[in-house]
Amino acid sequence: MIQIQTEETVTISVDGKSINVPKGLNVIEAMNSVGKEKEVPHYCYHPKLSIAGNCRMCLVEIGTPMRNRETGEAILDEEGAPKIGWIPKPVIGCSTIISEGMHVRTKSPTVLESRNGVTEFLLINHPLDCPICDQAGECRLQEFSAEHGRGYSRFIEDKNVKPKRTRLGPRVTLDDERCILCSRCIRFGQEIVKDDVLGFVDRGSYSTLTCFPGKELSNNYSLNTVDICPVGALTSTDFRFKMRVWFLKRTHSVCTESSVGSNTEIWSREGKIYRITPRRNDAVNDTWMTDSGRGLYKSIESEDRLKAYTMDGLTTDIDSAIQSARALIDLGGVGVLGSAFSSVEEQFLLKNIVDHTKAQFEMVQHLGDGDGLLVSEDRTPNLRGALVNELLNTLPTKCPNLLIKGIEDGVIKTLLVFNEDLSEIGVPLELLKKSVNIIYFGSLRNNTSDQAKIVFPTLSVFEKEGTFVNQNFILQKFNKAVPGPAGLVSDIEVLNRLLLGANDQPGFTHIADLWTKIAESNELLKGISWEKITSEGLMLKQEKFGALNFPETKNLKYKPVAELQAT
Amino acid sequence: MPLEEQRLILKYVDEPSYTNDIDCYLKHGGYDQLKKAVQMKPEAICQEVLDSGVRGRGGAGFPAGMKWKFLDRKSGKPIYLICNADESEPGTFKDRQIIHKDPHQLIEGMLCSAFAIQAKLAFIYIRGEFFEGYQILEKAIEEARQKNLLGDDILGSGYSCDIIVHRGAGAYICGEETGLIESLEGKRANPRIKPPYFPAALGLYQCPTIVNNVETLCDVKHILEIGGKAFSEIGTPGNTGTRIWCVSGHVQKPGYYEFPCAGVTLGELIYDVCGGLLPGRKLKAVIPGGSSSKILRADERFKGKLKDGTEYDWGIEDIPMDFDSLSLVGSMSGSGGVIIMDDSTDMVEALANINYFYAHESCGQCTPCREGVPWMKKITARMCAGKAREEDADLLVSIADQIAGRTICAFGEAASWPVQSFIAKFKDEFVAKAKEQELLRQQGVDEVKETTLI
Repeated sequence: MIQIQTEETVTISVDGKSINVPKGLNVIEAMNSVGKEKEVPHYCYHPKLSIAGNCRMCLVEIGTPMRNRETGEAILDEEGAPKIGWIPKPVIGCSTIISEGMHVRTKSPTVLESRNGVTEFLLINHPLDCPICDQAGECRLQEFSAEHGRGYSRFIEDKNVKPKRTRLGPRVTLDDERCILCSRCIRFGQEIVKDDVLGFVDRGSYSTLTCFPGKELSNNYSLNTVDICPVGALTSTDFRFKMRVWFLKRTHSVCTESSVGSNTEIWSREGKIYRITPRRNDAVNDTWMTDSGRGLYKSIESEDRLKAYTMDGLTTDIDSAIQSARALIDLGGVGVLGSAFSSVEEQFLLKNIVDHTKAQFEMVQHLGDGDGLLVSEDRTPNLRGALVNELLNTLPTKCPNLLIKGIEDGVIKTLLVFNEDLSEIGVPLELLKKSVNIIYFGSLRNNTSDQAKIVFPTLSVFEKEGTFVNQNFILQKFNKAVPGPAGLVSDIEVLNRLLLGANDQPGFTHIADLWTKIAESNELLKGISWEKITSEGLMLKQEKFGALNFPETKNLKYKPVAELQAT
Repeated sequence: MPLEEQRLILKYVDEPSYTNDIDCYLKHGGYDQLKKAVQMKPEAICQEVLDSGVRGRGGAGFPAGMKWKFLDRKSGKPIYLICNADESEPGTFKDRQIIHKDPHQLIEGMLCSAFAIQAKLAFIYIRGEFFEGYQILEKAIEEARQKNLLGDDILGSGYSCDIIVHRGAGAYICGEETGLIESLEGKRANPRIKPPYFPAALGLYQCPTIVNNVETLCDVKHILEIGGKAFSEIGTPGNTGTRIWCVSGHVQKPGYYEFPCAGVTLGELIYDVCGGLLPGRKLKAVIPGGSSSKILRADERFKGKLKDGTEYDWGIEDIPMDFDSLSLVGSMSGSGGVIIMDDSTDMVEALANINYFYAHESCGQCTPCREGVPWMKKITARMCAGKAREEDADLLVSIADQIAGRTICAFGEAASWPVQSFIAKFKDEFVAKAKEQELLRQQGVDEVKETTLI
């Protein structure tokens, strides 16, 4: 794995031009830092995996300044420039670490000829079935063949025959004829997930990727092998044959599975999501994400989806829903059960509502087992957002005891519930039936929404924009990929109108305006604007929360405070 | 007049009374060098080996003393010695003779070498097909252990070293040293990328490791016996010691013959030592160093200047059999497998045979070799099956050029050199075959001919 150790740079010469690149990079990464025109094509190299060096596509010519063996002094040519000793054979860029004064040729006849040769070899036994291949459009082999191939075939022999549709696991299907044996998937299993189930059998051009006997590729990260497969060999059983990738719109988003907040890309067309893939963020999820996180979008098409504003079970319009809710709130005796699934913006507005109405506020914790990689123990995406918004100053408990007591005592007359199903977090339903009006905000129907006096259907993370604060206090933005159910307005608009009164106009027209307010009123978010939140996210100051005992244990990018202090 | 062999390694093996048990070996002065070695300083042995100038007998001909010098001794990790007994280059059968007939010589050579590099554990990686050799080695090691020549506290010197014999499972690529190491670790024998995995620094279990050929390790024993300087005086400067030539093919007396380097010319080897070609046949070509070395055509002439400036003008018979002369004529001495072909040989079929072998043995790790070598095999097999095209010769060379120098290990070259040299020297035959078959096809005759393809 290539990791930059220092800020130092070295000067190298690329095709005769001197450039500065960070120290410690290999030739492929160094050329990437120069720009697209110097890109070194590669298949087996992956920045987050060990180096195999087997595809031979990244061959470049390398020379280093010659030195006198005895004195160690640089040997100069007639013009006084250091004489370069070129390695007689092309070398692979992936395993060659650049050094000061190194010369690299990326466009020489030898290099071009090498790429051409490797491309021809990769294609002779390849089925060339791009028209029916799911990888088409995002296939490295297709791209590099167009760029470096000869355009016609000299191969008139019979192609090798291999298994066409092997089920490697519940979510991954393998076409061995397309496989170029780069071993990325094998290395991923060994090095990242530590679930070593894939390997090659047979020899030479009969080498075949397969699962070890009695094993299957069923870990929660199996679909990453599909992402890193440079060709169409490993395909997602779910996405297979569903849609051409070039028809799909890509939207940057964040995974809501846990507080890790893996960066994702939503692939959608005409309001329908087809797949979710990880987006590289070296501070959050590297280039990976879980299989479970990829399936989360399916809930937005669920039968339980709430699609209309209702009052006492009857459909109503948003204005009357807000008016009635407002009236209930104005009566006083308000309790609020907030949610760590709400975005920073929603929590900000909620905080204002809580302050205005002097409501009792509480939240609950959702815990699960962490897997040490990209699923943390805290199964909510934005608990730290509630801390940042000062909705909370301690960690929530499993059961909203304060609110239960308030209802029992008759102090709470109206209860605003966000996303939670009260029956699942220890609130007896009988208690609710008795004496409290519930205003429910959520996207799926449950026992609580059935009990609610007023229901505000909310949008899913795929249908709105906003931000979450992840386990490392990185403020991350998600964007709207698809429209929500017809007739629903955005959650921040509902909350804002609730805050201002039903007849007031919204205080903002765009989320950016809301952010101006947020930045003004929150010390931690000072100076941040909606535009400033880049796709890499912004790291917030977290010293304030150092004393809190967060439930997360060590995972891919998280270290508990105790461990951090120990090191 | 037949030339006299000058045997060093194979000195006793063909004496009728010589057996491969330890008593016989001890009677012939066996293990004297080990007794001497453990009293010496390890560095002194390394120096002797460096002085001797002995070059690796496995194929590449790299000076063994230099190889030992590259060993990373500062890492603090254990050092391993591996004997490469995965002799599988077509045309080579010298190591098998040593293992079968004189296993203790190898063990003594290994222990001396292990002591010199201070390895506490040594391995013999033996080719899977050599089952008898494996049994012989196991027996010999047990005998040596009984006499405290191996194992803990060897001969009371305080130095301990054990030898483990490991059988391969039948793959040519296991002879490539990093592939061998992977295989020894229990993995697929995929050769490693160099850099960074040079065995002398990151070898077996990522520890510094020396891999030497059987014959090279035996030479170490003789270097200790006669001294590095005396050894370096055998042969010519830069080509020291003796070499075992394994002669096969169309000669009257094929077999193994040991001569000092440059002590015999190729002509003498064929005509004097091996009794010449079969009656009525003429020499057509010679592969001088195992099937991967470049072929030499019988009527070629080689002209140029030697290192010392003297000019040479050799016919194929005049080539001195040593490392440097054979590389001067564009081939190599390789593993010493000299394959003689007379005028009855169909060069297309000969190449098809070689290609079949390399296509079968490619490990499949890196692209050019995995895809290119079977492609060349498919072409030559098609040419033998009556479907040759005139452009095939050029295509073959073009494919070979795309493989050589672009692979992880030297297998790429080993598989390309035969193709490049066969076509460079016998292109006329490839084209003639294509034309002849084209004519037959035009006449509607389907040429089905029995070939010697295995």
